[in-house]
Amino acid sequence: MLFPPFFAQFGNVDPWIFAFSFVTVAATIAMGFWSARQSKTASDFFVAGRSVSVGWNASAISGEYLSAASFMGVAGMVMSSGYDALWYPVCYACGYLFLLLFIAGPLRRFGAYTIPDFAEGRFDSPVFRKIAVCFVLFIGFFYTMPQMKGAGVTLAYIFPGMPYWAGVVLVGAVITMNVALGGMKGITLVQAFQYWAKMFAISVPVFVLMAVFGFYNQHVGANAAPGETAPRAEAVEIARKPLTEKAPKDNAWVAPFGPLTNKAVLAAAAARPEAERAAYLAEHQKPYSLLYTYSLIIALVCGTAGLPHILVRFYTNPDGVAAKRTTMWVMILIGVFYVFPPVFGVIGRNLMPELYSGVGAKGTDKVVLELPTLLAAKYGVLGSVLSGITCAGAFAAFMSTFSGLLVSMTGALAHDVYGRMLRPKSTSAQRMTAFKVAAILIGGIAILLGCFVEPLEINFMVGQAFAIAAASYFPLLFMSVWWRGMTMKGAATGMLTGGLCALMAAALTNFSTLALDKGPMGKIFAGFSPLNELWAQYPLLRILCEQPAIWTVPLAIILMIVVSKATKAQIPSDVRMKMLVLHAPEKLGLKQEYIQEHQAGAGH
Amino acid sequence: MPLPPPSHDDVVHSESFLRLLMRRQLSLSLTCAVTFLGALLGLPLLNYFAPELMATRVGGFTLSWLVIGILFFPFVWIISFYFIKRSIALEEEEVAQAQSGKETR
Repeated sequence: MLFPPFFAQFGNVDPWIFAFSFVTVAATIAMGFWSARQSKTASDFFVAGRSVSVGWNASAISGEYLSAASFMGVAGMVMSSGYDALWYPVCYACGYLFLLLFIAGPLRRFGAYTIPDFAEGRFDSPVFRKIAVCFVLFIGFFYTMPQMKGAGVTLAYIFPGMPYWAGVVLVGAVITMNVALGGMKGITLVQAFQYWAKMFAISVPVFVLMAVFGFYNQHVGANAAPGETAPRAEAVEIARKPLTEKAPKDNAWVAPFGPLTNKAVLAAAAARPEAERAAYLAEHQKPYSLLYTYSLIIALVCGTAGLPHILVRFYTNPDGVAAKRTTMWVMILIGVFYVFPPVFGVIGRNLMPELYSGVGAKGTDKVVLELPTLLAAKYGVLGSVLSGITCAGAFAAFMSTFSGLLVSMTGALAHDVYGRMLRPKSTSAQRMTAFKVAAILIGGIAILLGCFVEPLEINFMVGQAFAIAAASYFPLLFMSVWWRGMTMKGAATGMLTGGLCALMAAALTNFSTLALDKGPMGKIFAGFSPLNELWAQYPLLRILCEQPAIWTVPLAIILMIVVSKATKAQIPSDVRMKMLVLHAPEKLGLKQEYIQEHQAGAGH
Repeated sequence: MPLPPPSHDDVVHSESFLRLLMRRQLSLSLTCAVTFLGALLGLPLLNYFAPELMATRVGGFTLSWLVIGILFFPFVWIISFYFIKRSIALEEEEVAQAQSGKETR
């Protein structure tokens, strides 16, 4: 064979799948190195010299945003949970509208490198910067875990004998090196290229699969809703395979309030005496599912507007109008994309139900990668080629998001912690070195965390990162842009309380899920299994922990208002000027005026 | 203690201009947000109170699946297109207003 003996030990590798993945990785790395030579100054490293056109920037934002969750996780979750999982792609795309309506324009006009820059500038408070920096890291690490799982799943699929953790370590190390050497300028180009790679990789296999095995609507129609008899007229040609034992039933899967949202109530019912179960379910099942759905929607919509690695890109627009146009294009680019992943999930349920029995890296999260191989029976090598293309897309997905996250987390550490707190007088060369060291440090932690999360669903984990962003950065940005009565203490109290509550809730949920695992993770986290008993008694508590946004977002906003009112005297004295800079059209040139006054003031 | 900079007494720096600016922009944003949230938050309610209607089959899809799986995306594009057009026009108006204000003083 063509492969070095190193790969031979991982079992029978499909040469097509390997070739496509390898080319994607090689092209990404080559672009990183090529652009490393182009970016010289520290400013280039952080926000690409602020000169990126709308088309490039929109592709780059979309490329960075479409992570392993979008590419693999949505399909996997639609397959495992059905209708309810559709809220994820819808809100991932539509959350940008909130960003556009309330935050994108003002933030760009204010002009700063990062969210911590904004936090400091808006409240004239270096202390607040330190608090804000923490959340770049919190949200970032929660977001990198699912990317790492995507890497582990994909490599375990390409090299059937490879353990999950080895994939995580390999991919994590490669991207970390790439970021340490390339910086943001490279990332803009690479991200834009990767959006189009992902779009191609998700859409082409979908069309081929639909042409051969029947269309999206027919596959949905093959699942009988409550009160219907299967198969329906549209779906008679669909040759379904029998569902395995673990798969949800048709009527629960195709209708709202299914297995994703009613899991906690079902677990609670199972813990009750048999005679009470039916009455308990009739009373609680639907209301709790509705609550779960709303909390999920709030987390995803508000969370999109508070993701640090997305927001930093708005500063690369030349002006506020361009920032708005960019957002519009991002919504179109990602909206079109998000129609496709659920198709994989639906076809996967009908034609590849054996994935329901798999656990961890062998479960439904790999449906996007494996589904095209069904074509092999009829069309031979075409199945391998298309599977190779989806694997290449998956690589593009977790590589681009992971590198984007790494850049903003590293930027926070190098630019904020090192450049401003530890060594304010450091030279440009020292800062570049700090950037590289920070990249390796953060990459290492992300790899370590990634090794633990094999039993958790990719899409679910990304949802948790959104929930934390929704309870911390979203209230901060929204309130400081639109309410001039905010004080630093109000903003900090609200952001810290809301964000930390969401963080704790998400962590507890994950620990308890890991405690249920039958593999090694179950042993490590066994101490948390009493939580599952508690949650079987109080399913509402479980739902509020699993989807915390419905209480943490209002909590953060209320705290901001109450504390700001109590510390009214500390409203920044030049708040009117700040508000003007945030809201007045850039043509009036208020930003320059503001900077001049600020510097004059500091000189006294 | 906070002293408002006395040098700026033109229209741009006046309290009334800022209020007008923020109110107009916010009301545009809120109009769009209410349309969007009405649809987004209304869907689960429809699923809850009118399950038979939402389970109506449209060429294989359930109505509910068709709406959030496909139709919701173009709906959001329309809102954002309207918003961008209006907000750019608003900014033009504001610039014109501010500049005419400067000249009359």
